[in-house]
Amino acid sequence: MADLPPALSGFWVTFRTMFQKVVTEQYPEQAAKYPPKPRFHGRHQLNRHPDGLEKCVGCELCAWACPADAIYVQGAANVEGDRHSPGERYGRVYQINYLRCIFCAMCIEACPTRALTMTHEFDLADHSREVLIYEKDQLLAPLTENMVAPPHAMVAGTTEKDYYEGKVTGATTEQREEVAHREEAEEADEVVDAEASS
Amino acid sequence: MGLEEKIPSGFLLTTVEGLAGYARKKSVWTVTFGLACCAIEMMSAGGPRYDLGRFGMEVFRPSPRQADLMIVAGRVSQKMAPIVRQVYDQMSNPKWVISMGACASSGGMFNNYAIVQGVDHIVPVDIYLPGCPPRPEQLEDAILKLHEQIQQTKIGANREKEIAELEAKALVAEPVQDMKGLLR
Repeated sequence: MADLPPALSGFWVTFRTMFQKVVTEQYPEQAAKYPPKPRFHGRHQLNRHPDGLEKCVGCELCAWACPADAIYVQGAANVEGDRHSPGERYGRVYQINYLRCIFCAMCIEACPTRALTMTHEFDLADHSREVLIYEKDQLLAPLTENMVAPPHAMVAGTTEKDYYEGKVTGATTEQREEVAHREEAEEADEVVDAEASS
Repeated sequence: MGLEEKIPSGFLLTTVEGLAGYARKKSVWTVTFGLACCAIEMMSAGGPRYDLGRFGMEVFRPSPRQADLMIVAGRVSQKMAPIVRQVYDQMSNPKWVISMGACASSGGMFNNYAIVQGVDHIVPVDIYLPGCPPRPEQLEDAILKLHEQIQQTKIGANREKEIAELEAKALVAEPVQDMKGLLR
């Protein structure tokens, strides 16, 4: 359209645009249609081994790597009857302050066990500063069918190394029984407490 | 406020509140307060791809007296702090504040003497939005959460009662340094 006088060529652009596809993302209604890119840095997630034990070993390397000091980790020793991860230690306290976090993923690079990864979840806005400090229970990956909630023992006859070599594929019946037993005991305790308080 | 104080509280006033909330949330005008890279995302949210005009708030203009919402986008330096406060004071009631991005919300990675460690040290913040910078969808999500809050906002005598209740609650609230969680 080089022939048009300059005053009209601008109108031609406006006219042509009317037939172009609308680019607006209808965010809340059609959010699923516009997912973030595969390597988007969203909310963190603390992963689990295939039997439900946590991968985090409480080494605090993520906290050391963090340029904004957004991560706070407190490790504790796994003891018999209170095991959260294979090996010696687990992260007892794990907090991420999302108002400090700059989503740079240095923590992900630092993590030696691949316990910490990032999800695509980004709708984190909230009304107060306190609730944006996420605790461990908010960051842990959800349990799948093959997993049972820790604390529970490692798969019988395995070592920490077997977990990292991928020899553990899911919770065994022994582990399931242990967890079911523990949950029953906890429920019974709650009933006793409720009776005592009433 | 004349009429709504004279009529008894109840059905009529509730519906007026609902209507006022609807009108307010559908035309939130924003005062420009872009301070750093978050402002680029804020401008992008106003552009055609994310189009804040869908929420009736495409008007970004530097006139605090016509604005309802201040989006503090970016790091607030100590030198900028009085200006943020002045712009906030010049806005007419009702007014809301979104603290956009890590730096405005808490200082982010700039934990030093030059940056205000959270804009809530100088103005009351309604929504804190994490991200560095947050993508435009995140800003839209924060705005929609603010819309919910605006819809619930009371007016007239009810609002005064609500403020008194909130103040009483805040005075007996647990101090932040006592929130230990799992810490020992």
